[in-house]
Amino acid sequence: MVPLSWYLILSAVLFCLGVSAFLLKRNIITIFMAIELMLNAVNLSFIAFANYLGKLSGHVFVFFVMVVAAAEAAVGLAIIIAIYRTRETLNVDRVNLLKL
Amino acid sequence: MTEDLKLWLVPLLPLIGAAINGLFGRRFKNSVVSMVALLFTALSFGWALRAVLLAPHIGTGLPYQQVLPFNWLDAGAFHVPFGFYLDQLSSIMVLVVTGVGFLIHIYAVGYMAHESGFYRFFAYLNLFMFFMLTLVLANNYLLMFVGWEGVGLASYLLIGFYFHKDSAANAGKKAFIVNRIGDFAFLIGMFLVLKNFGTLNYADVNAKLANLPPELGWGLLTAIGLLFLFGATGKSAQVPLYVWLPDAMEGPTPVSALIHAATMVTAGIYMIARSSAIFSRAPHALEVVALIGALTAIFAATMGLAQTDIKRVLAYSTVSQLGYMVLACGVAAYSAGIFHLMTHAFFKALLFLGAGSVIHAIGGEQDMRHMGGLRKQIPVTFWVMTVATFTIAGFPPLAGFFSKDEILWQTWNNSQALWLVGIVTAGLTSFYMFRLWFMTFFGESRLQSHGHHDSHGHADDHGHGGGVHESPWIMLAPLVLLAVLSAIGGFVGVPHALGGHNEIGEYLSKALTPAAIGTHAAEAIETAEHAGSSTELTFAAISVGVAALGFFMAWFLYYKRRELPGKIVARMHGIYLMVLHKYYIDEGYDQLFVKPLMWISKHVLWLFMDQKLIDGTINGAGAASQGIGGGLRQMQSGNIRSYAAWIAAGAAAVVAFMIWRGVHQ
Repeated sequence: MVPLSWYLILSAVLFCLGVSAFLLKRNIITIFMAIELMLNAVNLSFIAFANYLGKLSGHVFVFFVMVVAAAEAAVGLAIIIAIYRTRETLNVDRVNLLKL
Repeated sequence: MTEDLKLWLVPLLPLIGAAINGLFGRRFKNSVVSMVALLFTALSFGWALRAVLLAPHIGTGLPYQQVLPFNWLDAGAFHVPFGFYLDQLSSIMVLVVTGVGFLIHIYAVGYMAHESGFYRFFAYLNLFMFFMLTLVLANNYLLMFVGWEGVGLASYLLIGFYFHKDSAANAGKKAFIVNRIGDFAFLIGMFLVLKNFGTLNYADVNAKLANLPPELGWGLLTAIGLLFLFGATGKSAQVPLYVWLPDAMEGPTPVSALIHAATMVTAGIYMIARSSAIFSRAPHALEVVALIGALTAIFAATMGLAQTDIKRVLAYSTVSQLGYMVLACGVAAYSAGIFHLMTHAFFKALLFLGAGSVIHAIGGEQDMRHMGGLRKQIPVTFWVMTVATFTIAGFPPLAGFFSKDEILWQTWNNSQALWLVGIVTAGLTSFYMFRLWFMTFFGESRLQSHGHHDSHGHADDHGHGGGVHESPWIMLAPLVLLAVLSAIGGFVGVPHALGGHNEIGEYLSKALTPAAIGTHAAEAIETAEHAGSSTELTFAAISVGVAALGFFMAWFLYYKRRELPGKIVARMHGIYLMVLHKYYIDEGYDQLFVKPLMWISKHVLWLFMDQKLIDGTINGAGAASQGIGGGLRQMQSGNIRSYAAWIAAGAAAVVAFMIWRGVHQ
């Protein structure tokens, strides 16, 4: 039996990786992937606690997070495509104005 | 039950005139404007005359009161209604104001004919009439105060009528501000009355006073009296607040005649006489009143000696004559004061209007050194001025003789020192008035070419070319009427000693409260009544003698030996300069009050309070939010990764805080 702390440490490591990637990377697609990584790090800790406590609510939360993440991915990718069409770049440092 | 006299119509009519001219006068022709102004003033005079003749006080001696069904002021249980009051005192005042006012309106039509702002002038003049009539007809002190302030406003507007001239605008401000000082004291006096008697209505106050014994020490009544007196010194140009009146001569001459000689400046005397119930019970206050009056009379008379501007001589003479009236009130001879007020209104209005006619005739010149020899050229003006000059000097049987003599006689019985001041003043008055007369009308002409007068800065802006010419009939007619009044106006008050019945004294005595029994003033009046008529006649002879002395002095110095005044001036240069500069009172006030106030206003109120404190706070608040905003703006660069960094930092901070809390619990 793997102890709970290991899961939590893994979750924290994954979350920190996601944060670092979000802050350091300039490509929007990569940033998007970093967000997914952070969400899934959180999901991991939800599942770990759910298993540890023997309750289902953690699972339910994870499903909600996945649904929202899927919706967000749909919208986010659409926005990314729109940005690429108008600016011909995916570098976020050059996307600092709302107006063109 | 008496007939409804509709007293409120008397002040209302001029207000209608003022409203019509003020609102629509710009589009009217001058003739229409003057018709409106004259019509409403004449109606007001007629209605006042009708009211005075029908009023019950003629028969019963009781004042007529009319209270309109709405209030000027409602404050809890305290109400001040629009109430009008007609007794012997207000009857005389209302007739003087409307009558002399109407004559001056007629004169002004001719005098102002070539001025711009004709409609404005008449609107102000009618407005003045409205406020003055409110003042004299009010049945309580507060409504009187409304008129009191209103005439101050009208006076300010009319002194500054030539507002494009700095000196006129400043004179207007000076008059208004100096008056405010007196008004303040009047207001406090009124508060004292209200606090202690619970009413401001004359009849109620008098009724409550009737039960009080005379106040032999210094107490409430004395305080009220002194505050009222200080209020009167502002409006009636007494020491120490007289300084505004000579400067007020910047206004057009009819204004000087109406407001600053005949009517408005007598408001203070009216107020003192109206409060006779208070003053008569406060002997100490009365003493101060007499002292102020005598001081003003002689002080202003000496200042009049060295003036060269014809209107300024008359201005100082007005101050001096007002001093006489205050002196009369101070010896509890209120009716003598009011009698002098009436005759003064006639002859001083005449003097001013005559001076205006002279100024008009020679194209705006006001300096008497540049006049001379006008007797033949403007004969009508000369003759009316002669009547006025002899009247003010106190030659019998002209009006001024009777009224001034009555005052001096009553003063003698009260205090011989004050009488001495009064008789010296009478001599000085006679001297400077005949000086004016000789310098203006006799000798050879010293007229200078036109255009010169501008350099004096006092000119009325009244030149319109041409040689010396007599004024038109519309100006002369009021002059002649006033001359007749000046000549015969005194016969209503011929003293018993001269075989008369002193009708005006009898008439007024019902409206005035005599000095309380047991006080010095009451004893003096008692003495006067019991003195033989031969004593009174002796004093009349003395005052005529003094007037004649003044005449001969003026004749000798300004007609016979005209080189002498220059020599005397050279001999007594210091004194002459002091008198010429009016004892440096204006300069003294300037140093004592105006300069420090200006300094405080500039450095404390403006540069510190306004600029540093208030502006500093507001600008500081603006600058601070701008600075904070500028700092916070850096966070919103639009760079997505920096937003993310802020969010991460914030999240880290929250987590750190929660861990810290967890550790510490």
